[in-house]
Amino acid sequence: MIAYLGRRVIQSVLILLGVSLITFALLYLLPADPVRQIAGRSATPETVENIRRQLGLDQPFFIQYWHYLISLLSGDLGRSYIQRSEVTELIVSRLPASLLLMVGAILCELAIGLTMGLVAAVRRGTATDQTLMVASFVGVSAPQFVVGLLLLYVFAVQLGWFPIGGYGTWRHLVLPSLTMGILGAGWYARMMRSSMIDVLRQDYMRTARAKGLARGAIIFRHALPNAILPVIAMIGIDIGIFMGGIVVVESVFGWPGIGQLAWQAIQRVDIPIIMGVTLVSAFAIVLGNLLADTVAPFIDPRIKLR
Amino acid sequence: MKKFLTSTVAVSALALMLGMTSARAEHAVDPNAKPGGAITITYKDDVATLDPAIGYDWQNWSMIKSLFDGLMDYEPGTTNLRPDLAESYEIAPDGKTVTFKLRQGVKFHNGREMTADDVKYSLDRVTNPKTQSPGAGFFGSIKGHDDVAAGKAESLSGVTVVDPYTIKFELTRPDATFLHVMAINFSHVVPKEEVEKYGADFGKHPVGTGAFKFAEWTLGQRVVFERNPDYWHKGLPHLDRITFEIGQEPIVALLRLQKGEIDVLGDVIPPAKFQEVMADPEQKARVVEGGQLHTGYITMNTTMAPFDNVKVRQAVNMAINKDRIVQLINNRGVPANQPLPPSMPGYDKEFKGYPYDVAKAKALLAEAGHPDGFDTQLFAMNTDPNPRIAQAIQQDLAAIGIKASIQSLAQANVIAAGGDKAGAPMIWSGGMAWIADFPDPSNFYGPILGCAGAVPGGWNWSWYCNKDLDAKAAEADSIVDPAKSGERAKMWSEIYGKIMEDAPWVPVFNEQRFTMKSPRMGGADNLYVDPVHIPINYDNVYVTDVQ
Repeated sequence: MIAYLGRRVIQSVLILLGVSLITFALLYLLPADPVRQIAGRSATPETVENIRRQLGLDQPFFIQYWHYLISLLSGDLGRSYIQRSEVTELIVSRLPASLLLMVGAILCELAIGLTMGLVAAVRRGTATDQTLMVASFVGVSAPQFVVGLLLLYVFAVQLGWFPIGGYGTWRHLVLPSLTMGILGAGWYARMMRSSMIDVLRQDYMRTARAKGLARGAIIFRHALPNAILPVIAMIGIDIGIFMGGIVVVESVFGWPGIGQLAWQAIQRVDIPIIMGVTLVSAFAIVLGNLLADTVAPFIDPRIKLR
Repeated sequence: MKKFLTSTVAVSALALMLGMTSARAEHAVDPNAKPGGAITITYKDDVATLDPAIGYDWQNWSMIKSLFDGLMDYEPGTTNLRPDLAESYEIAPDGKTVTFKLRQGVKFHNGREMTADDVKYSLDRVTNPKTQSPGAGFFGSIKGHDDVAAGKAESLSGVTVVDPYTIKFELTRPDATFLHVMAINFSHVVPKEEVEKYGADFGKHPVGTGAFKFAEWTLGQRVVFERNPDYWHKGLPHLDRITFEIGQEPIVALLRLQKGEIDVLGDVIPPAKFQEVMADPEQKARVVEGGQLHTGYITMNTTMAPFDNVKVRQAVNMAINKDRIVQLINNRGVPANQPLPPSMPGYDKEFKGYPYDVAKAKALLAEAGHPDGFDTQLFAMNTDPNPRIAQAIQQDLAAIGIKASIQSLAQANVIAAGGDKAGAPMIWSGGMAWIADFPDPSNFYGPILGCAGAVPGGWNWSWYCNKDLDAKAAEADSIVDPAKSGERAKMWSEIYGKIMEDAPWVPVFNEQRFTMKSPRMGGADNLYVDPVHIPINYDNVYVTDVQ
């Protein structure tokens, strides 16, 4: 177990190094000069060169990358070119909002997805099953930008149940969480359905029915706990999907998280922020996968860590 | 005899007659305005910084103007210069020395009095390369600027503190734009002790002398300004508080405005909703329209065949259907025929420009040796409506046989291609087009049409360099006597007329601004489309529902 974990941690560090190198190289190769962005359109050539020297952007690629790694080790992600603030500070100040949204999204997708999957499995082959599966398919396929605006229009503008975008109270959290959750709910509905059907086919289920247990007791006490565990274990992998989703959803709802930060930085070619957010996201994804793999054997004894 | 001047030519003439007294009268305040109240304004993007030496986007431009002051400013809603922190100024007859008398008793938000030392410190700071100010280049005419820019000196030798309320500038050449430069944000006055306290984070903890003081900044969520009770301009500002809510998509912000949750859309009305808003009389009544100092244009790289042939460039000028492009942007602009926008001094109302004439364009192209046209590339920014406009240009060019392939790229990439001599044959400037830093005709020349901008990484994307015009521009800018400002504007009209003969650009349209506000907002319409305080003049607007 410890050897396995050690190996996985080393692998994770290597993955993160690879991500940092590739991102750094891509941003370096971008045909846009960050110094020109900083210097503005009225700068003289001397000003431009001065700024380039101060930022160390006149150095060769590998020296620049090396300097970046060294500062990274001390937790320094550099200063934003446009905002001039520390990237670490910008990310740290926005991280809680993104984590909150992620928790909300996980709750939504589990609540919706598991219920849909459960009902579909129990009503297998009926019109209800088919309707739910079509709905889950739509949920998986619908662009989050469209879903977000639709929810906003119906529930915030027309019905006025929730505020139109923003951040602060639980009411602000509902619509963005739902937007993110609908995508995941589609996946979970499908997984839950097949997992539940597998369990319901087992011999001990037949025994339970033969003993004359009530239908509710069979499903909720005996089938559900066994069917739900492998599904829950997938949450770690969700983090990758969330990281993609928050860029869109946070922008639509004006949610002050790191997805919005990333989107603004990309538009302004603010390289230190793009680097920082990419690394933090990669870290979250790697961590999520590591957790998912590590908890798997506790949930399903058939899985062994090697 | 020295000339003593104040805000406008008329006032300065009066001052001359009165024998050098300066206008001390306080600037007028709207008598209908009621003090108090708070407003909310939304923006999509984060506020980058509130440091006047660094902030250079249209979002923070006017926020900074409300927190800080400069020696000069403009009358609200206009492009008329007037003294601000300066009470008066005097320009020597040779135009190379300018002396400002400062207002007394002006206090920074930290309570300390602002003096001439602070003015000098602020200018030394903005020109110091360590500050990395995008505005350092504006101060090129001050003596000693080059030494500071090169890192050889820490202080501008041409700026002298005569006494705590008098500051003298020596220039290397007479510079008609100097007073405008004293009004741009980069020359706004900052207190040394606060800058040193916060270092590189001063932009997040701004302290100035302005009408509002900084109250709160929650990263990614909101920035809050509060009334400065000690503001030197009695009666201003009218509002108690302004909250800037950040991270709001324009379409969401519009919905909130319609529900009465916010007061002003900081960003533009979303293009997809524009016609709907303008078709509803109630909403339309809350939209203020105004000109802005903007021109959208197509550049043709004059160093690249076949655009090195003036006839080809003229043919392209006649091939573009500008009316149709203006329709494409929901008539949010007016067709242009010259580089300067209509509200800029020096704009030539009589100038007819090139007519839209496909037959003549074809004939010119044939004369230039391209009867069957040629293949080329048109670069454009990839955000709406620019790809659509690029397609319209592409169709117009196809009508005279020019087959242009569109390179639709991110802003920074288009800028990089334009700054590379062999980078881009044609560029549609939309999304990156020139908006004047200050309302003076020279501002549309140097960086974008003069030889100085035709350098790698520069903004003169047509690489047009006419030494004669450069000399003429320098001559025009040496006319500092306000009595001759008409003559100077005429010289600039001639310069732009000559440029249009050489046709390095196709001027396409001048964008109009449309600011949408809530019914409770008060104040003259021109405060909501202020040419300098963009999008609105925070110091002078008010709300009508306070007691």
